[in-house]
Amino acid sequence: MSVKETIKEASASPCESCGFNLQRLGIEVDKWDYVIALAGNPNTGKSTVFNHLTGLKQHTGNWPGKTVTRAEGGFTWQNKTFKMVDLPGTYSLLSASVDEEVARDFLLFGQPDATIVVMDATILERNLNLVLQILEITDHVVIALNLMDEARRKGMDVDHRALAKQLGVPVVPTVARQGTGLNLLIESVHGVIEGTIPTKPHRIRVSPAIQQALDQLVPEIERVFPELPNARWIAMRLLDGDIKVQKALEKGEWDVFLGESVFDQAHSAETEAL
Amino acid sequence: MAVVNREISKKAAEIRKELGHNFRDVMVEDIYKDAEAIAQKAVTIKSARQYDFDQKVDKILTSPIFGIPIMGALLALVFWLTIVGANVPSALLADGLFWLEDQMAQGMQLLGSPWWLTGFLIHGVYKGLAWVVSVMLPPMAIFFPVFTILEDFGYLPRVAFNMDWLFRKAGAHGKQSLTMAMGFGCNAAGIIATRVIESPRERIIAILTNNFVPCNGRFPTLIMLSIVFVAAAFPPAVASLVAAGTVVTIVLIGVLTTLIVSSVLSRTVLKGEASSFTLELPPYRKPAIGRILYTSLIDRTLFVLWRAIIMAAPAGGLIWLLANISIQDQSLAMWIAGWLNPAGHLMGLDGAILLAYIVAIPANEIVVPTIIMIYSHAGTMLDITQLDQLRALLVDQAGWTMLTAVNLMLFALLHNPCSTAILTIWKETKSVRWTVIGALMPLGIGIVVTFLVAQIWRLF
Repeated sequence: MSVKETIKEASASPCESCGFNLQRLGIEVDKWDYVIALAGNPNTGKSTVFNHLTGLKQHTGNWPGKTVTRAEGGFTWQNKTFKMVDLPGTYSLLSASVDEEVARDFLLFGQPDATIVVMDATILERNLNLVLQILEITDHVVIALNLMDEARRKGMDVDHRALAKQLGVPVVPTVARQGTGLNLLIESVHGVIEGTIPTKPHRIRVSPAIQQALDQLVPEIERVFPELPNARWIAMRLLDGDIKVQKALEKGEWDVFLGESVFDQAHSAETEAL
Repeated sequence: MAVVNREISKKAAEIRKELGHNFRDVMVEDIYKDAEAIAQKAVTIKSARQYDFDQKVDKILTSPIFGIPIMGALLALVFWLTIVGANVPSALLADGLFWLEDQMAQGMQLLGSPWWLTGFLIHGVYKGLAWVVSVMLPPMAIFFPVFTILEDFGYLPRVAFNMDWLFRKAGAHGKQSLTMAMGFGCNAAGIIATRVIESPRERIIAILTNNFVPCNGRFPTLIMLSIVFVAAAFPPAVASLVAAGTVVTIVLIGVLTTLIVSSVLSRTVLKGEASSFTLELPPYRKPAIGRILYTSLIDRTLFVLWRAIIMAAPAGGLIWLLANISIQDQSLAMWIAGWLNPAGHLMGLDGAILLAYIVAIPANEIVVPTIIMIYSHAGTMLDITQLDQLRALLVDQAGWTMLTAVNLMLFALLHNPCSTAILTIWKETKSVRWTVIGALMPLGIGIVVTFLVAQIWRLF
């Protein structure tokens, strides 16, 4: 089944108005079947999606940079328990501020079962910058195309099917403030995790010089770490001189940056720098 | 194994050298080109009405001429609403809660409770709570929702936009205006918010100066003093406006101090250039009123109030003990206030106020209730349930002047952060040095400023 067909089928799902068959768990998640990361640009409604699904009351606000730490919560859906990790909103994963590092390290080393990227439909192009980077890191991505009501009000017609076709992952239109589309979102996430919705993520079209460099480096990385899902991204980071990724690669330890150590690492690096 | 791995990074380094140009720039350019192509296929723009609206609003709100005056006016409006709206409910709450104090005291007496137990629990612990609730709850219940409406509308990033050049001039990061705005809610939250600042140097500056904007624990102090002292000197018709203006002035002094201290830090111990950044101005959104009321009342108001109550109860008990344990016919509170008096006088304050600040280190919220408790225990036991009675107590009994009120407001703005904020500085910097500086620098500045103001005031 092609991605396009699957998405069409998912969109036709009858159960949009019959309410959530979802049980919110707040932060009381002891055991879970799946971990879902929630990523996206600042101020796209990530925390609203998070609150709606987990029943938590994270403070939301209309300004970029509100969520600077990782928030965790959970819910059960069709007898499966999902743990949700709300990452800080970032424009990119290339720089070194603490919030971007928190987000990147979790996606890269935390290896969530699936990642929801929340996009602001009204400024699609600007949001794609982050989406394209995340698609290099992980295959299991579902896009929540949020603020669709605002886009309509602004006289924009955003075609989620066309977007899905180009990105190679499911795209679900949502209005998180009202909870519209979130049921379908979880259904798609579940499908991606179970493999019933296959994905074929878009790869960044790079200029010839970079492609040449990648062609030399990627096979080397794949040879040493055959099970690594994102050798191309790792290669890009190495070419950019990312010390953290380089160290992880040299040691062959990918989980060293996880958990609270993310903060400690960043802090010790900062205080050293001073 | 390790050898092979190092070979990969060595090879990467070689290729990087071969590439010759800046890899990051090319990469970023490639990503943008790709994003543009994808967006073009997915988005059709039918009309650009709303976009026009946003731009028109931004033209006014972020205009180089009107932007900053509008900001000041909005701030004044928020305080004016808070002051006008909180007046009556505060008085009602005080009436009710202090009536209850008498009832409970009588009840305990009837049950045969000894005087010291009634005194400690009812006139100490309960009275502390009653003061905190009646002084703080109404202003917070108005201030938080109004402020949150501005936040939800999308105004905060515009504030950052308007103030960016000021912070840049001070050698600090433009995003510091955002973390500063968070500090109005709670300085600890503002300090955590500095994580959005990339450069460690600029982040430390933002952390150290966050305390110079008054948090919600300190606003009630400022609001009360501006009503009781400054506004009372004006006719009732304009009194609330004058009170709002006074609070705005104090806030502006705080912002000015932030800029001056940032500038000094970035030219001395934290030398460096201001780094550039992109700030996204999000679209204006219709505030979701129901959610705002919920989050601002439940999350913020009750959270802050609860914290104040936890701190105020033991403080009330402590003050009662200090006021009722006597050595040589004078209460402990009087002894301590007496010792602190010379220092207090130099700063244009008095010993009782300094004692209140020491008791209130855990939470700034309880400074004013603590001051009132010390005074009212010290003199004849006067029950103050109205603001004019409060004025009578402070002026007639404690000998306050306008200088005392002005310097108390300045000291409320400039003194050490509360214990929560200090702990947060340590958690964020993991450095004893920066924590100590973060705690003592504002206190030092506060002492110097109040001292200078007092000396100059007394010259005239």
